[in-house]
Amino acid sequence: MKSIPRRALLGGAALALAPLARPALIGPALAQPRWPARPVQMLCPWAAGGGTDAVLRIIAILLEKDLGQPFNVVNRTGGSGVVGHAAIANAQPDGYTLGIITAEICMLHWQGLTEVTYRNYTPLGLMNNDPPGIQVNNSAPYRDVKALADAIKASRPGQLKASGTGQGGIWHLALAGWLGAMGLKADHVRWVPSNGAAPAMQDLAAGGLDFTTCSVPEARAMLDAGRARSLAVMAPERLSAFPDIPTLKEAMGVDYQTGAWRGIAGPSNLPAEVKAAMDPALGRVFNSQEYKDFLNARGFGLVYADAAGFARHLEAADKSLGEAMKAAGLAKV
Amino acid sequence: MNDMLEAFRLVAAADVVLAILASAIYGLVVGSLPGLSATMATALLVPVTFYLSPIAAVATIITASAMAIFSGDIPGCLLRIPGTPASAAYTDEAYAMTRRGQAEVALGAGLWFSAIGGIVGTLSLVLMAPLLAEMALSFSTYEYFWLAFLGLMCATLVARSSPVKAIASMLLGLLIACIGMENPAGTPRFTFGVTNLLGGIEPIPALVGVFAVSEVMRAMVTPEPPKLPRRKFGSILAGQWALTKKYQWPMWRGNIIGIIIGVLPGAGADMAAWVSYAMSKKFSKEPEKVGTGHPEGLVEAGASNNASLASGWVPALLFGIPGDTITAIAIGVLYMKGLNPGPTLFTERASSMYALYLIFIIANIIMIPLGIVMIRLASLVLRAPRSAVMPAIILLCAVGSYATGANLFSVVMVAAFGVLGFVMERNGYPVAALVLGIIMGSMVEQNFITSLIKSDGDVLPFIERPVSAVLAALTFGALLWPVGAWLLGRVQAGRLRAAAAPR
Repeated sequence: MKSIPRRALLGGAALALAPLARPALIGPALAQPRWPARPVQMLCPWAAGGGTDAVLRIIAILLEKDLGQPFNVVNRTGGSGVVGHAAIANAQPDGYTLGIITAEICMLHWQGLTEVTYRNYTPLGLMNNDPPGIQVNNSAPYRDVKALADAIKASRPGQLKASGTGQGGIWHLALAGWLGAMGLKADHVRWVPSNGAAPAMQDLAAGGLDFTTCSVPEARAMLDAGRARSLAVMAPERLSAFPDIPTLKEAMGVDYQTGAWRGIAGPSNLPAEVKAAMDPALGRVFNSQEYKDFLNARGFGLVYADAAGFARHLEAADKSLGEAMKAAGLAKV
Repeated sequence: MNDMLEAFRLVAAADVVLAILASAIYGLVVGSLPGLSATMATALLVPVTFYLSPIAAVATIITASAMAIFSGDIPGCLLRIPGTPASAAYTDEAYAMTRRGQAEVALGAGLWFSAIGGIVGTLSLVLMAPLLAEMALSFSTYEYFWLAFLGLMCATLVARSSPVKAIASMLLGLLIACIGMENPAGTPRFTFGVTNLLGGIEPIPALVGVFAVSEVMRAMVTPEPPKLPRRKFGSILAGQWALTKKYQWPMWRGNIIGIIIGVLPGAGADMAAWVSYAMSKKFSKEPEKVGTGHPEGLVEAGASNNASLASGWVPALLFGIPGDTITAIAIGVLYMKGLNPGPTLFTERASSMYALYLIFIIANIIMIPLGIVMIRLASLVLRAPRSAVMPAIILLCAVGSYATGANLFSVVMVAAFGVLGFVMERNGYPVAALVLGIIMGSMVEQNFITSLIKSDGDVLPFIERPVSAVLAALTFGALLWPVGAWLLGRVQAGRLRAAAAPR
């Protein structure tokens, strides 16, 4: 090690890599516009090993195949997602720093925790959406969601308890929105904050809660184990992975839908050529068999919208989440 | 039987064997670097598992995490810098042994009893998974509150300094755990408008700071300690059988406590190591030796944290509930590879299940030869001049803490905790108690508040339910015992004085 000059070593490494890199550089470079001419950094506001990280990594792998440049995932964590989301919004708008944004970006600013809103991004594509389900303990008396809704209406405020995530988290807002759609106050059912969906499902099975409003995939293991039942999903249509669970509209005629979604975005004022290249590329990624297999295996919901559709989705989500937060008394601004 | 043969075939596949070997070496290296935890070692493996077959993917996670938990003991023992929070409980003890020239006994004990703990934990997974899972499901937030509270009390038991200073350190840890918005109210606390503080203080940067950075600072202000007498590094496993026989009872106690704590979601290996070390100190036949380089605590806590690692998979495999951060990542990989957690995994895919068991056993067996090599290599650090080792440690701390979140703030955090740890140690406040407070603080608060919300403010359920009543009694017993003992001592002393007084 000591006898080899460092430069020679690096040169050797570059030589060894060159044949690998060349076809990737030249092949698509002829067919494609100038972007991407070098590796693209993809920021993930959440930690490595989690669901958002996994989705972004599979997208990055498929984008690299499609656009011929490496897409490197960097986990920029901290501040409950604020740090990473802000880093994407504040990145140089040259198309070489993009990232994944999640439903929290339409929630954090209502709580006054960040200045960044969905308007600070150039939306490129909605890649996944997990709607909340309504899960009860298997031995609970409620046969369907209508029975549960009747029990909620008949209960005194705060008597029934529900959980699924922390205070002010997306599943808490799902509960508040559902209660609002039934004409009840947002805190008619008391929210028990938990450290995520898994502890909430455990407490549901242990008999400590009346129901949970986490997503169905998060409840899947308990459903499979026969410890819990899912009564409905708050989605426009049934989930492909769980065709037996009715939608809220089918089961009780209340049309309320929300979800924890994930999409690819860049900072605002992204060059037009970046948008023109990424928009169809993300569509091809979404329609690839690899992406579908990956999301189906994890139980994640396959929902797609192109750049324009994602922009409309962001606007609608920001409004509806803001309303739910105001109703639940969580909004500060 | 067919399933068993099929399992052997699955594990003997070339890619699985290769995956086990490679991830074993990877786990050993990452776990032994200060600042890089077992959780991080596992998280970084996830993108690699995309390309592996299902069994090979799970094998990498199991093997790497088991290795990383053991090798976290190595820097703790040699340099007084624990590699993982689980090792922090007994770092002082192991380092004291190194200073007495018994590094190989201490590291050997870590290796040998980690392997035993891992295998016993696996057997509990094989034989009692459904039973253990039922137990885990019977724990509600009331029970978790008492459990976390008991964990906190280990601070006073583990510390060598005065109990008052240990409690003060632990309370400071609790205060630090209050920072951020990851609390039951979802409201930012003590963030002073700093966005980076919203997520709270992670235990890992705190751990790296108070142990590693403060150790480097101490090295800078104190003269080089007398060189350890140069001698051949003795056999690593030679004395272990004698230790196994001598400390059989603590070892089994460690295994059992590890299994029980591991199976409870959210508690995990960190808590198992703390509780076991405290137990061994409390029940030791030679309590005066504990803390001065006595292997008994290492035996019990080393067995305990690896036993908990295996039993932590029970709720993960049966209900998809993660026992700790490592199994949380593993569950994602299981789903991705079509090995969906649930009872059907044990019936319909029994061969895959047996293959997982086999991998657990294999990982714990190859830990011994690979661990010996790793210890031999690492022991070179003892001979290297301090001026070469310390800068390398600082570099590792900075790189490691940056790597987890690509966020410079965690590097600043590590530095700040380094200063805090240095000042605390100088004044006799144990830093281990601070780390314990940070780890357990949110668990105590979360379970206390949620319990109160669920009971509409009623405190009766805390002592009404059978398991919570037992845990509450234990807690109050441990809390009041020193006071009672002190009072009893006074009364007896008074009587003696009265008897001795001339009539």
